[in-house]
Amino acid sequence: MNGSDFAFLLPEIVLVATAITVWAVDFFTPRDRKPDLAWPAAAGALVAMAFLAISWGEHREMFLGTLRLDNFSLFFRFLFLTVAFFVIVGSPGYVRRKLRNAGEFYGLILMSTVGAMGIVSSREFLTAYISLELVAFGFYVLVSHARHEARSNEAGAKYLILGAFSSGLLLFGISLIFGATGSTGYAAIAAALETTPDFGMVWTLGVALVLAGLGFKVAAFPFHSWAPDVYEGAPLPITAFLSVGSKAAGFAFLIRLFAEGLFPVLDDWRVAIGVVAVLTMTFGNLVAIQQANLKRLLAYSSIAQAGYILVGVATLNADTTSGMLLHIAGYTATNLGAFLVVIYFHNLTGKEGIDDLRGLYRRSFLLTLVLAVSLLSLAGMPLFAGFMTKFYLFTAAAASQLWWLIALAVANSILSVYYYLLVLRQAFITPESEEEEQRPAFRLPSHARATLSLLMVLVLWIGIYPSVFVDAAEAGSRALFGG
Amino acid sequence: MLYAFILLNLVAGAAIFALPADWKKAPRWVALAAATVSLVLSVIVFAIYDRDAGGYQLQESFAWLPPIGVSLHVGVDGISSPMVLLTGIVIFTGVLVSWRIDERPREYFALLMLLVAGTFGVFVVLDLFSLFFFYEVAVLPMFLLIGVWGSTRKAYSSMKLVMFLLAGSILIWVAMLVLYFNAGINSFDILELEQAGVDITVARVLFPIFYVGFGVLAGMWPFHTWSPDGHVAAPTAVSMLHAGVLMKLGAYGIIRVGIQLLPEGATYWLGVFLALAVVNVVYGAFSALAQRDLKFVIGYSSVSHMGYVLMGIGSMTVVGMNGAVLQMFSHGVMTALFFAMVGVIYERAHTREISAFSGMAKVMPRFSIIFIIAGLASLGLPGLSGFAAEFLVFAGTFQTAPWLAVLGIIGVAITATYILRLVAGMFFGPVTEKWQNLTDANLRETSVGVMLVAMLLLFGLYPQLMVGSIDVSVIPLLANVGG
Repeated sequence: MNGSDFAFLLPEIVLVATAITVWAVDFFTPRDRKPDLAWPAAAGALVAMAFLAISWGEHREMFLGTLRLDNFSLFFRFLFLTVAFFVIVGSPGYVRRKLRNAGEFYGLILMSTVGAMGIVSSREFLTAYISLELVAFGFYVLVSHARHEARSNEAGAKYLILGAFSSGLLLFGISLIFGATGSTGYAAIAAALETTPDFGMVWTLGVALVLAGLGFKVAAFPFHSWAPDVYEGAPLPITAFLSVGSKAAGFAFLIRLFAEGLFPVLDDWRVAIGVVAVLTMTFGNLVAIQQANLKRLLAYSSIAQAGYILVGVATLNADTTSGMLLHIAGYTATNLGAFLVVIYFHNLTGKEGIDDLRGLYRRSFLLTLVLAVSLLSLAGMPLFAGFMTKFYLFTAAAASQLWWLIALAVANSILSVYYYLLVLRQAFITPESEEEEQRPAFRLPSHARATLSLLMVLVLWIGIYPSVFVDAAEAGSRALFGG
Repeated sequence: MLYAFILLNLVAGAAIFALPADWKKAPRWVALAAATVSLVLSVIVFAIYDRDAGGYQLQESFAWLPPIGVSLHVGVDGISSPMVLLTGIVIFTGVLVSWRIDERPREYFALLMLLVAGTFGVFVVLDLFSLFFFYEVAVLPMFLLIGVWGSTRKAYSSMKLVMFLLAGSILIWVAMLVLYFNAGINSFDILELEQAGVDITVARVLFPIFYVGFGVLAGMWPFHTWSPDGHVAAPTAVSMLHAGVLMKLGAYGIIRVGIQLLPEGATYWLGVFLALAVVNVVYGAFSALAQRDLKFVIGYSSVSHMGYVLMGIGSMTVVGMNGAVLQMFSHGVMTALFFAMVGVIYERAHTREISAFSGMAKVMPRFSIIFIIAGLASLGLPGLSGFAAEFLVFAGTFQTAPWLAVLGIIGVAITATYILRLVAGMFFGPVTEKWQNLTDANLRETSVGVMLVAMLLLFGLYPQLMVGSIDVSVIPLLANVGG
């Protein structure tokens, strides 16, 4: 550890500095200008991205091996910064309508992002855990940020209680693993497993508890039940962040843990994780069909998406890891697109029901187009990211020969198109009543048009010719698996 | 050159989407331009295919997703070149019959172009992934095209169609992954997979999965029920493309993937599927007999005629297979002609009840002549291409299963019954007063009819023009089948 190492943490340092600056400036900003603090916050994320780009390809361990900055962590840190950027840029309109304390809002998003960036670099349980808590603490506040709304408060309470509970499970699991192996470092745990293949009940229980704790974080069945209520109650931009950023952080935790720490015993857990994967996607899809609220539908759909990613965890190897990274990247762009549409639609109409979308094609072609692209990508249809990334992931998973898992994943993925098409039908097909036809067309701010178009291009880019993203995902995977 | 078929139509689709919404006429001109180029190119491809050399021609390859062995490998043989020609003809005439679409023309033509890009894609690629990719690209726009511009229970029919076809896709996708894994060459290239071959047990397990998966789209009994509903609900041009070209994608998939990659599986199973194909022929014909809506008659007759295609494939003889491919072409043209003409009368009379019409030959002579020729082609009149195709199919089936061939011929008799009854009822007899003032088909509609009739005559009088090239590709294909 020397001074120059801090240069590699510049992205995180920039984010923290930006957050503090935003909070400070917030004091001196008149109330009606506060939502515009989004621009300096987003700029901070961009600067952090620039610093990050410089360090691509550099691998470095620091703080006695508790942090490892490699391409895997770079991939995810870049992803989180992208998420933070889009969420913040998408927020001002919503914040202006719904929230007070805009400065806190943006600053906390940045702080949670720092936490997520810490998780993906951690090679040790406690560091990862503390980073995870940094993410969660930000979210406890953010979820209940719409203080005058009962459902936001309810969501905040729910998230806090279940979050604390799952953290408890995770910590207990970590302590048992520490008891068995004598270490919280992934590498040391792997080494201990090489010499002593079986640590008995304590070990098994420890791993199960860690998996349960992380299962909460990624909203895997049967630990998903907080997700729909929290997603529905939280302010929309936060729901967007939760559904991509915090989910991706949970998966990054899982992937690094299994790749670097638990790989020797992975075979014992494959079937269990596979079953959880299937239940998660099946449950998410079945319940999503019945939803009438767009936010809730996206919540259940994101539960289902977690199931697809878990297929990669169950079949973990170098190829499925690149598959998961690729899929997470595609899913992030896709879901951000879908949520931005919902945010802008909500800003303009105050509504978020699926029926309310009727006539959207007439009122805003861009919103309809981005919604269609996002939903079809979530449904795994070709030309859009979802097809390419799922195909890649499932193909890589085929090497495991867990055919039941792959067949059920494919079936789930394809049949889910049903409820996405129901939404699309409202937006694109169902005619308006005469009264509704009088409603004026939407006027979107130009930054909204830009971000929506950008995300749509990303989804199409990954969906049609993803080689750049595949290379990045493979580099990330190689950082864990060598080669 | 073959890339042009895909790129041209994709770009045309995107370009149409990018047009301003209030330019009502530009979309159709862009679509017509793209369709004209496609037609010219498809004629060129068909003409320059060198039947003495045989094999795959105009091959090109482009690394698409190298890590999992996906390349956009294109090339045509004697089986795909007629299909390319068919698609070129049907889309050109399809754009012409859509000329008067004035409801949201931009979206209509853009989706039509997307559909065509997918269709061409399936016929020109020699890579399993790419084939599946474009297959799905072709399916999805149908939902929107039927949903917005269709008639008669369009919401139900469009969803039914998509869900049936996607259920087939599940089978195809899973079977593809199993095949990919068992071939063990890290490649989706069809020619390489053919070389590598798979274990005979795997082939026997996979063949029926592929057959049913693709068979759904080919209107295979008992999974055909989406097809008449879909045809009836779809707008004219979409019915033309759908029955004319899309159903052929299914049969083409069976040949290209099922038989070419799994010859042992085909040998084992085709007897069963031959019998099912005969059910298709007879059942489809009986159902057509019972219909009152003109489009339903043609919808069920398509099921019946696709039965001939499946019979030809199931016969596992060179003659029968030649007949099957020729029937794919000939039914495609014939059914497109039928639907185009139904569109002509529906636009004027706004009904498709057969019993509502009488003596139309006096009111609309040009329309009537073209319609009657389509009818005669359908019942297999010598001199029109349907006769040559069906003759070959029966000749082939007689060699393998004479009794099934005899049963199949019953289908021909029933076809003659419903076609002649329909023609006699609609076109002859006293003129219905209500329709006395209907205008005859205009120049645009007549030229569509004449063009398609010309194709029926050309390949009816001189089938060798097409069979010659089909033959050179079918012989090596069947070298590994049977025995």
